[in-house]
Amino acid sequence: MSSSFELAVRQLDYWATVYRRTWKGTVVSSFVNPLLYVLAMGVLLGGFIAGDPATLEGAPTYLAFIAPGLLAAQSMQTAVGETTYPVMSMVKWQKVYYGMQATPLRPVDLVNAHLGFIVFRLAMTSAVFAAVLAPFDVYHSLLGAVGAWLVAVLVGLAIGLPVYAFAAGAPNESSFALVFRLGVIPQFLFSGAFFPISNLSPVLEAIARLTPLYQGVDLARMLTLGTLDAGPALVHLVYLLVMVVVGHVLAVRRLTRRLVV
Amino acid sequence: MDETGHDDLMVSARELRKSFGSFEAVKGIDVDVRRGEAFGFLGPNGAGKSSTMRMIAAVSPVSGGHLRILGLDPAEHGSEIRARLGVCPQEDTLDTELSVFDNLYVYGRYFGIPRAEVRSRARDLLEFVQLAERAKAKVDDLSGGMKRRLTIARSLINNPDLLLLDEPTTGLDPQARHLLWDRLFRLKQQGVTLVITSHYMDEAEQLCDRLVVMDKGLIVAEGSPSQLIREHSTREVAELRFGVTEHSLYADQVADLAERIEVLPDRLLLYSHDGEEAVARVHERGLTPSATLVRRSSLEDVFLRLTGRTLVD
Repeated sequence: MSSSFELAVRQLDYWATVYRRTWKGTVVSSFVNPLLYVLAMGVLLGGFIAGDPATLEGAPTYLAFIAPGLLAAQSMQTAVGETTYPVMSMVKWQKVYYGMQATPLRPVDLVNAHLGFIVFRLAMTSAVFAAVLAPFDVYHSLLGAVGAWLVAVLVGLAIGLPVYAFAAGAPNESSFALVFRLGVIPQFLFSGAFFPISNLSPVLEAIARLTPLYQGVDLARMLTLGTLDAGPALVHLVYLLVMVVVGHVLAVRRLTRRLVV
Repeated sequence: MDETGHDDLMVSARELRKSFGSFEAVKGIDVDVRRGEAFGFLGPNGAGKSSTMRMIAAVSPVSGGHLRILGLDPAEHGSEIRARLGVCPQEDTLDTELSVFDNLYVYGRYFGIPRAEVRSRARDLLEFVQLAERAKAKVDDLSGGMKRRLTIARSLINNPDLLLLDEPTTGLDPQARHLLWDRLFRLKQQGVTLVITSHYMDEAEQLCDRLVVMDKGLIVAEGSPSQLIREHSTREVAELRFGVTEHSLYADQVADLAERIEVLPDRLLLYSHDGEEAVARVHERGLTPSATLVRRSSLEDVFLRLTGRTLVD
């Protein structure tokens, strides 16, 4: 009996083939998107906003404030992009998973290998994003920048895995509107990426504080600004790790229910 | 030697059942498939053939009864069983955006076959299914018949002990079907055990050494094609067509001319040992069918006899 690791690795050639086919389409946007965001929101919009560390959670400029927010938020968007339509394609449109299922691979192996690909995609896009931000003097230290990059990948996984679980069991793609309307867009706008959540009303602030994206934004911001506070940082980290573990369990369960009937 | 005591039993099912909620797709069937034989499940759509196949493919848990594949219990050893199976599903699950060659290559890797070995097997299999020239083509650009051949090539990438083919030629034109049958016949000659489902009687007659006829989740007959025809039908059949009319109106007038008659919407079937003689007697009675045909009995007739229905509705 082969190990789970070996069974996941056997799918490397498949995902490498998929990537070779698709990377050209993503390479331009992964450079250009961060540049557009940082210019529009950080430099131009930020030009109107007084750089007051007291109102910007310790950030010297608005650009330095939103840089980690953008980093975490783009990772969420990439993760949701990778775990909605591509997963639906594997179970419904192309049925590639059904072909894989007829081999020694089990549903958990399919999830693990697909997950490996998503981690790779998140690591690449977040690394490019973090690198594009570098010339704008938004990092307190190199270590902080690397830490924020890792947090971005973790946020992507923490949000992507439950979405994967949802997509693996969803009847069709129209269910995704729910994910985008209720999950992605409100989190993108109100989870502290663009303004300190203390500006929200107390109830909304409490809700914002509970979102996974906020956990990641706050943790990434502590790292890029060099304002790491061990207690809250640990809470953020544990929160995100629990999301990853629970998301993985749900993803395997929902995919198994979809395929093994 | 496996736990059933027969090391040549590739599939062994007893009282095998499959339910989906309150719907019972397979209602308790007994099946043995021996090494090297070509075994068929024949029946109309909805007979429970595909549900049975998915259980044998170790991707669908059994709802009841006993099932051993290659001597192993699929509930515990699904992965090991699947490592030794080749599966050609009813619906193609090829990756349409990958090339023909890459479809075989990545699939072989799922079985843990080393890269160089997979490449060489993929090239050989593309020769075998006559797709070598299309190796670099995208699957999207292939015809239906080519896709089926590629799916069959893919199912052979792990040199399976047991090849499962679910409706292998449904939707193909006659030429593509004959090419596929030829390839399957060659595999059989090489000693590969085949399990085939079909709702085409000619396919079953051509390919299967032994088959079961399924209807509504149960096995209604079992044997070789010729045995089944001998047991459940006459040697010949005379088909009478009376144009656009209610054929049952003529049934009483010819009933005594054959051992048995069947009334279909578009024709009457007279089961007789001598079809020509039966047709002559029909004409003697002053009846003038617009068309007549005398043929040998087929599995279609067996099925009609056993279930009262035709295979292809």
